[in-house]
Amino acid sequence: MAQTLSRGPVTGTAVKAPGKKKPFVLDLYGTAVGKKYVMAITGLVGLGFVITHMIGNLKVFLGPINEDGQRVYDIDIYGEFLRDLAVPLLPRTYVLWGLRFVLIGAVLLHIHAAYGLTQINRKARSVKYQSARDYQIANFASRSMRYTGVIVLLFIIWHIADLTWGSTGADWSRGDVYFNIDQSLSRIPVALLYIVANIALGIHLFHGVWSLFQSLGWNNPRFNAWRRNAAIGAAALIVVGNVSIPVATLAGIIEFDDTVVSVHDLHGSGEEEGADE
Amino acid sequence: MTLNLDSKVPEGPMADKWSNYIAEQKLVNPANKRKFKIIVVGTGLAGASAAATFGELGYQVESFTFHDSPRRAHSIAAQGGINAAKNYPGDGDSVHRLFYDTVKGGDFRSREANVHRLAEVSVNIIDQMVAQGVPFAREYGGLLDNRSFGGAQVSRTFYARGQTGQQLLLGAYQQLSRQIGLGNVKLWNRIEMVDVVNIDGRCAGIVTRDLMTGEVRSHAAHAVVLATGGYGNAFFLSTNAMACNVTAAWRAHRRGAGFANPSYTQIHPTCIPQADEFQSKLTLMSESLRNDGRIWVPKDPDETRAAKDVPEDERDYYLERIYPSFGNLAPRDVSSRAAKRAVDAGQGVGPLKNGVYLDFAEAINRLGLDTVWERYSNLFEMYERITGEDPRETPMRIYPASHYTMGGLWVDYELQTTIPGLFAAGEANFSDHGANRLGASALMQGLSDGYFVLPYTIAPYLSDLLNKPIPDENHEAFTAAEQEARDRYQGYLDIGGTKSPDHFHRELGKIIWDYCGMGRNQVGLEKALAEIPALHEEFKTDLRVTGDGASMNQTLEKAARVDDFFELGMLMCKDALVREESCGGHFREEYQTDDGEAVRNDDEFAHVTAWEWSGDPSNPIENREPLEYEVVKFATRSYK
Amino acid sequence: MSHTLTNISLKIWRQDGPDGQGRFETHQIPEISDEASFLEMLDILNERLIEENKEAIVFDHDCREGICGTCSLMIDGQAHGPQKGTATCQLHMRTFSSGDEIVIEPWRATAFPIIKDLMVDRSPFDRIVEAGGFITAPTGGAPDANLIPIPKPVSDSAMDNAACIGCGACVAACPNGAASLFTSAKLTHLNVLPQGQSERFKRAESMVETMEEYFGSCTNHGECSSACPKEISIDAIAVMNTDYRKSKLKNRKSLSRK
Repeated sequence: MAQTLSRGPVTGTAVKAPGKKKPFVLDLYGTAVGKKYVMAITGLVGLGFVITHMIGNLKVFLGPINEDGQRVYDIDIYGEFLRDLAVPLLPRTYVLWGLRFVLIGAVLLHIHAAYGLTQINRKARSVKYQSARDYQIANFASRSMRYTGVIVLLFIIWHIADLTWGSTGADWSRGDVYFNIDQSLSRIPVALLYIVANIALGIHLFHGVWSLFQSLGWNNPRFNAWRRNAAIGAAALIVVGNVSIPVATLAGIIEFDDTVVSVHDLHGSGEEEGADE
Repeated sequence: MTLNLDSKVPEGPMADKWSNYIAEQKLVNPANKRKFKIIVVGTGLAGASAAATFGELGYQVESFTFHDSPRRAHSIAAQGGINAAKNYPGDGDSVHRLFYDTVKGGDFRSREANVHRLAEVSVNIIDQMVAQGVPFAREYGGLLDNRSFGGAQVSRTFYARGQTGQQLLLGAYQQLSRQIGLGNVKLWNRIEMVDVVNIDGRCAGIVTRDLMTGEVRSHAAHAVVLATGGYGNAFFLSTNAMACNVTAAWRAHRRGAGFANPSYTQIHPTCIPQADEFQSKLTLMSESLRNDGRIWVPKDPDETRAAKDVPEDERDYYLERIYPSFGNLAPRDVSSRAAKRAVDAGQGVGPLKNGVYLDFAEAINRLGLDTVWERYSNLFEMYERITGEDPRETPMRIYPASHYTMGGLWVDYELQTTIPGLFAAGEANFSDHGANRLGASALMQGLSDGYFVLPYTIAPYLSDLLNKPIPDENHEAFTAAEQEARDRYQGYLDIGGTKSPDHFHRELGKIIWDYCGMGRNQVGLEKALAEIPALHEEFKTDLRVTGDGASMNQTLEKAARVDDFFELGMLMCKDALVREESCGGHFREEYQTDDGEAVRNDDEFAHVTAWEWSGDPSNPIENREPLEYEVVKFATRSYK
Repeated sequence: MSHTLTNISLKIWRQDGPDGQGRFETHQIPEISDEASFLEMLDILNERLIEENKEAIVFDHDCREGICGTCSLMIDGQAHGPQKGTATCQLHMRTFSSGDEIVIEPWRATAFPIIKDLMVDRSPFDRIVEAGGFITAPTGGAPDANLIPIPKPVSDSAMDNAACIGCGACVAACPNGAASLFTSAKLTHLNVLPQGQSERFKRAESMVETMEEYFGSCTNHGECSSACPKEISIDAIAVMNTDYRKSKLKNRKSLSRK
């Protein structure tokens, strides 16, 4: 009988050399469970932004309002409000930039943690199943997170280029939100892009919202049943709210009226201040 | 008679023997413990708890399992519960009563002092397991719940749903894992013990075969503990796990360990009957079902109607009829034999007419479906998974099956076999259950041996070996045994016959079940003793093992195990033949009353038969250890 | 009552050893009783293979009562096959129909290397338990079992999680090859009990970190729970996440107090 290499016994597996002590947060982030915490918390930040952003955007439906006897778009005033946050305590746009940094940081961390987790998970099954899997619970949303995530990321970049920098070819004027929306979304392919991207965002959120309770360990039999509903609600809310804007633009419900005064003229403030939005 | 069967039972009154022993035994001081190496084979309740405790005490411990993980041992499949004389319900239980019930339940064929010790430490077991986090069932007040089991008159059974064995084994496994993690125990997994090696009349170690690579090698130690379970799979069909086997105990027997009472095998009355001839395994349904189910067969052997269409007056509720006071709760051996009589009379039910009904219709009428479902849902679901029938609609079909073996390696009070330095624990030894084991006592015995007996009783043996080195693994006794093992396994591969190990196992099982199963008689046993050697010869010339010996080969493993079952089967029949009485699980048809009750013969057979290997499996040498009863008086078990 | 299934064809993974190149092999089962269990069908196939002088298919199995956790098998893309809450050994042929093609693969995870054919090595599970899946209670000296009353719901919850049989279906079913359900079931069993409190956070930290040496991460698909023969809930994973986070703070605190 051919002799193969001896196998030894197993022992002392729990005796480990003490590792180097890192700060709490880094230590936690070094682990997969920690990365999931980061995913959940940054995801929550993102969710908060998406909801606020949507509420703000829906002001587009309020159309023009009377302000000091002049007709001006409500959403333009809202844009101005964001730039004016905490003025005069802080100079104009400081708070807005602060929020932007938080958001950018959250997105970067979200991506970094997702990348790290994907690497770990690829390594955990180096040889894939050779026959078709028959998933029971894992749904399209949960299995397509990295794809919907990438779609949403690319969309955000395009969206900023489109409506913040005005560099996608449509007629664009800094600070005239209503005008810019109408100009950009009247292009049918662009409107379709917004619709598709928001559906992807909805799918991403559907799993994300359900999942973050798990990752943060917020688990209580009393509200477990509501988690699925919360996820469906959040996703549906975002999709319906955001998609309504390109749809309304295409339908002509959002239609820029050039008799309405620009918000710059209202306040007497102008582009010379050079403020970003 | 050449075996030394000194039981070494300590002096003193029964209730003081164990405490006297502990007070007077020789100890090994903590600094010396690490000089001793102990091998523990098997990681079930007894093996895992012994290895963990030795590790805690500071010995060098090596633990062996042929499974992938220690947690797979078959202790895990026990459903019902574990007895302990805690008397929490305040219903009159005591150490003495548990002791008495166990001796009586064992039909007066166990060693009193061992049983008393078992009853004493039963209370420690519960404390220990709760401290380890075993989630025993509890009352709403938060205290432990008890139930009565197997017809006991007190509620002394602790349970964790229908998974008590699993929870206890996981407790012991976790303690063992802790010791492995700390480096106090070395674990060898997927390694099978294939021989015992003695040097100068002492056990010096074992020879093992790595199931993954086929490597055969030696492991030397100061002492070896076998906790390798029972041999119920000799019947082929049993409730034991597929891999359960007698090889470790049998190889020890061939090296000089006495094998005691091999004919004492327990047949469990409530198993799911065989569905076809290819079936490889029978499944037990917890005995607790008999608390509410009524057992019956149709009076007419030619009955063809569905169970619920058979009118009441054409049903034979035979247990209620014959044993009015215990009825459906008659002990295991009694109700098993009654079922066999009904089936043998042609009254069996089911497609193969090989079962009896266990009917819940009456209980559902009386208690409501919800209550019955709450009590037994997990069992009902399991039954439905296996048979495709819903016990709420149609009665269960049940039939007895081999379940546990009371016989095993002969051990003294210290659990030492007739080979010095070789110990046996749990189902592998013969000690505590006599001729019949009571329900919920197997878990108790395994944990008692491993946690609370061996750690004390191994010390005197070791203390004599102080400063003696671990035997040399290159000693010629080891190398010879290794070579023998290699040749043995190569031999199976070389036969090149036509039939698989399973084929022979099935044939062997049929012979043993037919002649040495629930009912035995001289003619049948003699027939078996002629048929088994003939079949064994055929095995040796017509076996076919495919594959090779250098990688995982389950066919080859099986071949070696079946080979040992052949020799054990002969010993079982031989033992059954010379024990000319009926007691417990051993029922000789010649020794029964007119209405079919067992007739014990205390004058001639109140002894343990410990068999000695002679080199010829059909001519073992009989040795006897007389059983003297100081406390319990002989009485006839009656359940009428 | 019973009837016979015909023309079942089995596509079974064969692999000579850990480093071998595996392949699917097709075998026909012309007739099988629907009373047969899935593993009995494989037994019958193996008998036939031996008859044909071929090597029998290696697969892990033992108790055949759904409690030892030895059996595995990915059947038609589902861990333990199509029946919910059922281990492979309790799966019966009546779940299938005549003419079915059944695909059988081993568990696949980097931490579970294939030993041969359908058998894999699941010992990393033992390493996780060795790291902390116990309550330190050396033999002897345990207080009376009824000293600490444990509310029934707590005890029941411990039992629900303790029911885990360590079969590895959770890892096999998880798209990420994560062992979070296995680890968290053991953690939850011990961490909810009063006896388990002294080591609660040490246990959480060392078990999770040992788990991460071998397995992927949980992304909350829920496949594990659906494949689990004991239907353990993923609520356990949330408990694990909480306890692990706390452990990072608490263990630090108690260490620096030295």
